[in-house]
Amino acid sequence: MIWLGIETANAPLSIAVIRDGKVIAEIVQNIKLTHSAGAMPAIEEVLAKAGIKPGELDAIAVSEGPGSYTGVRIGVTLAKTLAWTLKKPLVGISSLKALAANAALYDGFICPVFDARRGNVYTAVYKGCELETIIEDYHDHIDGLLVRLQALEAPILFVGADVDVFWHKIVEVLGDYAQRTPFSNDLPRASETVRLATKVELPSVDAVHHFVPQYKRIAEAEANWLKEQKEKAHE
Amino acid sequence: MGEFMMENRIILAIESSCDETAAAIIRNGSEIVSNVVASQIESHKRFGGVVPEIASRHHVEQITVVIEEALAQANMKPDDLDAVAVTEGPGLVGALLIGINAAKAFAFANNLPIVGVHHIAGHIYANALVQPMEFPLLALVVSGGHTELVYMKEHGSFEVIGETRDDAAGEAYDKVARVLGLPYPGGPRIDKLAHEGEEAVSFPRVWLEEDSYDFSFSGLKSAVINYKHNMDQRGEEICPTAVAKGFQESVVEVLTAKTLRAAREYKVKQVIAAGGVAANKGLRTSLDTVFAEENIPFFVPPLKMCTDNAAMIGAAATPMFEAGIRGNLSMNGRPGMELKSWV
Ligand SMILES: Nc1ncnc2c1ncn2[C@@H]1O[C@H](COP(=O)(O)OP(=O)(O)OP(=O)(O)O)[C@@H](O)[C@H]1O
Ligand SMILES: [Mg+2]
Repeated sequence: MIWLGIETANAPLSIAVIRDGKVIAEIVQNIKLTHSAGAMPAIEEVLAKAGIKPGELDAIAVSEGPGSYTGVRIGVTLAKTLAWTLKKPLVGISSLKALAANAALYDGFICPVFDARRGNVYTAVYKGCELETIIEDYHDHIDGLLVRLQALEAPILFVGADVDVFWHKIVEVLGDYAQRTPFSNDLPRASETVRLATKVELPSVDAVHHFVPQYKRIAEAEANWLKEQKEKAHE
Repeated sequence: MGEFMMENRIILAIESSCDETAAAIIRNGSEIVSNVVASQIESHKRFGGVVPEIASRHHVEQITVVIEEALAQANMKPDDLDAVAVTEGPGLVGALLIGINAAKAFAFANNLPIVGVHHIAGHIYANALVQPMEFPLLALVVSGGHTELVYMKEHGSFEVIGETRDDAAGEAYDKVARVLGLPYPGGPRIDKLAHEGEEAVSFPRVWLEEDSYDFSFSGLKSAVINYKHNMDQRGEEICPTAVAKGFQESVVEVLTAKTLRAAREYKVKQVIAAGGVAANKGLRTSLDTVFAEENIPFFVPPLKMCTDNAAMIGAAATPMFEAGIRGNLSMNGRPGMELKSWV
């Protein structure tokens, strides 16, 4: 069974080819290169290194969000188009869970964090090696998240390159409960996306057309529009 | 001869630069084998215009469905194709890169070359789907984002001899429509009202310098806004059909006169109109009339070939492909792409 994993949900890029539960080749990088230009050449490169032709793939796993809207869409568009034209199943994995998987040897609360600008985060809390969901993927202000984390009254392991942005505040609120993974675990790996994908039942090939990103947030224009409608209803 | 040699060249084209997700299959740059357009107009209506983030979300939902439909209607498989063409720019960057990444993934998986097409070259080449282009040629491009006179010496040669200095014609239509309280997109509605009107409110024509082929529509737009404002202050009702008729007459007169003067000066063999506003009945009739009198063949694509579609992208991509132009897997969306000659 040969898998292609695609991760472009935030600034880091990762592409991996896994054959029968073994990583054959993987790219993990965090450089300023837009995924729109860089992701497709990276897929070509990793497949070439692994000596695998596109037609030999059996399934595709993609990091489905949340994250940068554009980043998520690029990965999903590539994954959908490849899966559809190659007639292979496509599995979407939460980009937060895939990142948390970097810390899945830790037997406690794991909190992956993506910077969502203006003090906001995309985040979740998973627990232990099985990554049991404690707090589902969502969008929040960092202050709101910290209130929820305080209530857990236990050590929490933070993971992700964006933790830097909030670390000062996290320590201020959680004190000794705030812990961090080593920097070498801060970038998402497409091999983890694939590993998580192998645990779910393969969807049908026909389902590919209906695959959509998990933004975990409605578009700003839509939020404003809904607000206006509510105000109008009040008047 | 300027004509390119081909035998049964089949191109899959993809377009996602604004609010239509589209795919088409074009044979030899002139024949539409299939043409699929998923329009998002309904989703953007409530916002009064295209919302880029919402447009991008819809493109991801639709893209593989639309490409599959184009292949199915053509009764073709990826093996039957010679290349994949895609709109590279200009347009909304988030929207462009859905089509581009889908095109790249499809081209890679099926081992096909890829060609990146300029959206306005696409609008112009919509005409190649109706009758062969004869050079030298003059194209009047009038769309939501562009108003230009483009001189073409041969295939792939573009010289912009005039362009708008402010609003595009379509933009002016949409803004005036908003002033009149008409829903988005306003162009077709103003066109309809203008034809229902008997009287016309008189609005200025903006000619700019005597020898200029440039356009300016923001003054006209302001004149309409001021007119409405003054009437409101006097507590008088405006007559929408008369405003629409007056506005349209001003736009059409300027577009027609400048196109005619350029066609004479450049001694072109053919004049074509392209872009969404080329769907305008008033403009089509006016250009038809003057060029019939002038004895210069004038063509405009059928209505659905004027607004965004992928067939036109395939039509433009074919001579590019024949000229050996290829993109690669690092192609990116180019929101401000300039119309450059490829010969
Ligand atoms: N009958 C009509 N009369 C006037 N304007 C029209 C008519 N039909 C469509 N339009 C206008 O055409 C525009 C849409 O055209 P088109 O789809 O070519 O533009 P676009 O793709 O948004 O812009 P561009 O091609 O410059 O990037 C809109 O502004 C619309 O109001
Ligand atoms: Mg257009």
